[in-house]
Amino acid sequence: MLHPFYTDRRDPFALLHSMMRDFDGPRMAPGQPSFPAVNVWQGDDAVAITAEIPGVELSEIDISAKDNVLTISGERKEPQLPDTATWHRRERGAGRFSRAIRLPFKIDDSKVEARLANGVLRIAVGRPEADLPRKIEIKAA
Amino acid sequence: MSTEVTTTGKTPTSAPETTRGARVYRPFTDIVETPEGVNLIVEMPGVSAEDVDVTLENRVLTIRGTVKPTALENFELAHSEYGEGDFERAFTMSEDFDAGKIRAEVHNGVLNIALPRAAAAKPRKIAVKAA
Repeated sequence: MLHPFYTDRRDPFALLHSMMRDFDGPRMAPGQPSFPAVNVWQGDDAVAITAEIPGVELSEIDISAKDNVLTISGERKEPQLPDTATWHRRERGAGRFSRAIRLPFKIDDSKVEARLANGVLRIAVGRPEADLPRKIEIKAA
Repeated sequence: MSTEVTTTGKTPTSAPETTRGARVYRPFTDIVETPEGVNLIVEMPGVSAEDVDVTLENRVLTIRGTVKPTALENFELAHSEYGEGDFERAFTMSEDFDAGKIRAEVHNGVLNIALPRAAAAKPRKIAVKAA
């Protein structure tokens, strides 16, 4: 009998991995991705976050930072159409969205920079001086 | 009442394949009929106006958008929820569209295409007189 979770017989750890994936991240309903999807990039002295938010006006985006949590929220407005318009196909969603990203350091407001280009949001968060690795000098004894 | 954005995530297409092996995504599209014609609202994040290609040939409307991949210098991807790739989608239209009058514009990563119906195909209202 085929166990529903254990479909890949070549990988004996598949079940364990799938369980680990379920625990990873704050996603409430698995399978339903949250909006906006984000990519997180790591650099030596900064962290960059990119998110695809097509159709959201600059004025409708709100980025806030508190302690080590960066929150991106906003609203995507419905397309403006005349009353006589009829829908044939509707695949894009509209409404409010909010996404919180926890970073491994305390965010300094003055070190956050955000840009919006072609519906892609880019946020760069600089790591505070205190968080940067310090070189430790080794003395010859 | 506050509604939240619901999404199903980007869907990669099975065809066509690119020679470089890059992914091609099927952009989410809203299609609306207005008295003038048909409007398409196509979601293509990361695509600028000069990278969009819209063609209408033999009733097939093809939309292509080329994405310049995000290459952040001295950064490496630590967590990824979306992939990057070009967008491509084709729709079969009825014959009564005027290819010369198609307007397309890109704003905030959303492509708006207005396809006006040919004048001959627009429904004419017939006035009914009381006899």
